[in-house]
Amino acid sequence: MSYIARPKVSHPALARNELGLTMRDYEGGMSTLCAGCGHDSITGALIQAVFELSIPPHRMGKLSGIGCSSKTPAYFAASSHGFNSVHGRMPSVSTGAAAVNGRLQYIGISGDGDSLSIGVGQFVHAMRRNLNMLYLIEDNGVYGLTKGQFSASADTGSTAKRGEVNEQQAIDPCLLAIASGCGFVARGFSGDRTQLVPLLKAGLSHRGFAMIDVISPCVTFNDHEGSTKSYRFTRENAYPIGHTDFIPPEVEIKAELGVGEAQQVQLHGGGSILLRKLDHEYDASDRSAALAYLSRRQGNGEVATGLLFVEEGGADMHELARLGETPLADLPYERLCPGSGALADLQDRLR
Amino acid sequence: MPADNDFTIRIANVNGTGSASANSLLMKTLFRMGIPVAGKNYFPSNIQGLPTWYEVRASHRGYLARSGSVDIAVAMNAETYQRDLRELTSGGYLLYDSTWPRREVLRREDVHILGVPLARMCNENFDNARARILMKNIAYVGVLAALLELDLDIIRELLRQTFARKKPLLEANQIAIGLGYDYAREHLHCPLPFTARSMDGPGSQIIIDGNTAAALGCVYAGATFGAWYPITPSTSLMDAFRSFCSRFRTAEDETRNYCVIQAEDELAAIGMVLGAGWNGARAFTPTSGPGISLMSEFLGYGYYAEIPAVLFDVQRVGPSTGMPTRTQQGDILSCAYASHGDTRHVLLFPSTPRECFEMAATAFDLAERLQTPVIVLSDLDLGMNDWMSEELTWDDEYRPDRGKVLRAEQLEDMEAFYRYLDVDGDGVPYRTLPGEHPTGAFFTRGSGHNMHGGYTENAGEYQEVLDRLRRKWDHAATIVPRPEIRTAPGAQAGMITLGTGHSACREALDTLAGRGVALDYMKINAFPFGAEVETFLKDHKRIYVVEQNRDAQLRTLLINEAGGRAEQLVEVLHYNGMPIPATSIVSAVEADMLRDRAA
Repeated sequence: MSYIARPKVSHPALARNELGLTMRDYEGGMSTLCAGCGHDSITGALIQAVFELSIPPHRMGKLSGIGCSSKTPAYFAASSHGFNSVHGRMPSVSTGAAAVNGRLQYIGISGDGDSLSIGVGQFVHAMRRNLNMLYLIEDNGVYGLTKGQFSASADTGSTAKRGEVNEQQAIDPCLLAIASGCGFVARGFSGDRTQLVPLLKAGLSHRGFAMIDVISPCVTFNDHEGSTKSYRFTRENAYPIGHTDFIPPEVEIKAELGVGEAQQVQLHGGGSILLRKLDHEYDASDRSAALAYLSRRQGNGEVATGLLFVEEGGADMHELARLGETPLADLPYERLCPGSGALADLQDRLR
Repeated sequence: MPADNDFTIRIANVNGTGSASANSLLMKTLFRMGIPVAGKNYFPSNIQGLPTWYEVRASHRGYLARSGSVDIAVAMNAETYQRDLRELTSGGYLLYDSTWPRREVLRREDVHILGVPLARMCNENFDNARARILMKNIAYVGVLAALLELDLDIIRELLRQTFARKKPLLEANQIAIGLGYDYAREHLHCPLPFTARSMDGPGSQIIIDGNTAAALGCVYAGATFGAWYPITPSTSLMDAFRSFCSRFRTAEDETRNYCVIQAEDELAAIGMVLGAGWNGARAFTPTSGPGISLMSEFLGYGYYAEIPAVLFDVQRVGPSTGMPTRTQQGDILSCAYASHGDTRHVLLFPSTPRECFEMAATAFDLAERLQTPVIVLSDLDLGMNDWMSEELTWDDEYRPDRGKVLRAEQLEDMEAFYRYLDVDGDGVPYRTLPGEHPTGAFFTRGSGHNMHGGYTENAGEYQEVLDRLRRKWDHAATIVPRPEIRTAPGAQAGMITLGTGHSACREALDTLAGRGVALDYMKINAFPFGAEVETFLKDHKRIYVVEQNRDAQLRTLLINEAGGRAEQLVEVLHYNGMPIPATSIVSAVEADMLRDRAA
């Protein structure tokens, strides 16, 4: 975790968003991850996304579990509240936080160890509840802080740095998410910011659980020959299923449609997504077809990226819990206590 | 020896046969006759088909602990005839269903065997198979009404209230009562030498279980968020909370001013509670021992990152899965120090439903005042059984103590905010809520942090925070509920207990006093213990520590934390899963005094 403050240098020419803030205002502490770590690129993309969406930094909640990935919340949005929880348990903390105040933008950052091994139960159940949050898995197939053990997302046949071969099946978080009822499933690559930023913005604007698996190579323990989560392997085998453009609410009307097979999806949180398919076979709105397609690509050794599945309009946790506009945390006590009279009445029936 | 308004009835049944309403009818009848009464359910961890017992104790002196003896056994389960017969007091009465005569099985010379053909009578009077089974239970209440001279008008009134909206059931129940009553009057010697006589014992008291009372306490304290994983014996607490909330917390547009989430496990339940507490809501989770084990990692987090949370541990028999439907106080130590590293948690020990209600509210105030998890340690006996309890009252002037929370207006005027500074010297720092103000942002973490809230691996900075947490703990000892102390003139020694040990101790103290043994008494209400507990320990050479576990956990805690000396603290333990009776305390104290005199 960072304990080195980033120097605050602001240039008058820096672009400002609707709130009058610059990208600098969305930065956090200096990263202490290894030089070249994919996670830092994701942090950069995330800063750009929340800046461009003009989300007030103090209205975001950044939550994480344990591991290299989970250090990320310390590296952006210094004026947001952060919650670095225990290993694999960030979804539950996010659930409680979101339940009592649905007005904040929750960003959960996890890793493949945190979400697919120790935390796989909570990960799946947060999707089942359709908690309103952006959930990132910074996926490098390896345990970095404990020096190079395979994670549950390591592909069968891939090798560790010291040569050991992984013989177990990999868990693909995207397949798992689609099967668990998640309404927004995407895969990005830390080395492709052009693709990642729109995915992040779309995920932030989706109402409900938005899961983005971001392949994020570990330069120290999993960037070698034989790794299937290396920069080289991902570059060579990434298979973008389409271009995703995020269209902010104010320019929506002007969006040009009809480029190839474009599909526009209205987002409940504002804005829309314009999907331009590269593979005509693919239908990102069909859950079972998406599962079949992705499994097939995976069988070919390809890593399908882009917005893999989207379904707008599902009731999120707030709706399911029939919560009102005022966050539970802000309800005045007077509206919560039935008072002494009600207590006396109640006890008449206990005699 | 049983006497008027001083007897115990134990009803043996098969679970799943609908005996609960008959048993509660019996208890309520005694209660409405003005006789202090206690009901205890000894049920199996099973849905249908296994033996279950319900015990009703009438006590004109107001003793609510298990009596430890049975004066009337209602043996409705042939499978347990031998046991029910064996456990009956000499001179007692065993009532059984003589549709199938069992004279040869039920042989014991020193008791009275009363046969009533309950099944035959019900088969003759009811057509429907379900009614034939259910009404046997109501019929034995009719028999007891004749034997004990229970007030029939009260019984009929209770039935009218219970079945106000189910006329056919009301009629069947009334018939069944009559069947039992008339048969007994005609064929048995009525009344027994001891009977129930109307008195004015309970006054304004109510009948309620501890879990319902605790749930009400959560509603009144303003809790808005509960997360839980179902576990016996705590489940009814959340059931009650939901039901009160659907009544009191549902807005006109059907939106809810509360949120209850059934978590995927206890790990998630406590995580949700911490997330909600971090975000400024009053949040809680009810659980039992196995849940506490699972929640331990997060409890350490809550302690170190300083997040308010309230837990109810309705204790059951351990270790491991143990006996889920039996009672124990076996989680005292595991709760006090739950989680790795130097952690310690504030505990509250209710002994009555009224205390469950009041301590629930106290727990939320303490959790926010101290910014830490607070665990209310109830147990199955208190949580699930029907207790005669003092009326619950509420002060409408009450407002939640939110502790040291800086709001936007205050943050606006501040240049910087640091989360873990000991500004006031009481060890309690100031906190801010997410979304409130940019100046208030801080990073909550379970990893090493300094007083500014920053990550640290620096020895001095780390220790500074840990030492402040210790100061906060010492401060906690000055604000948690104080013990209840009763001194007796000429006391030779002391007695200490907590939780449900209280009702048995009260009765034991009376019995001992009657035999010339005077003891000072202290009921501990909270941990950390505080000065009064230490003084009580200093002032007594010999103290009996009464608790319901094998390893004398309260005694260990008194030695560890309050200056108790091993040689002064005498263990009085009861841990077989049944609630502790006063008799076991009396005999332990007397045996110790005899030993002491001999030595």
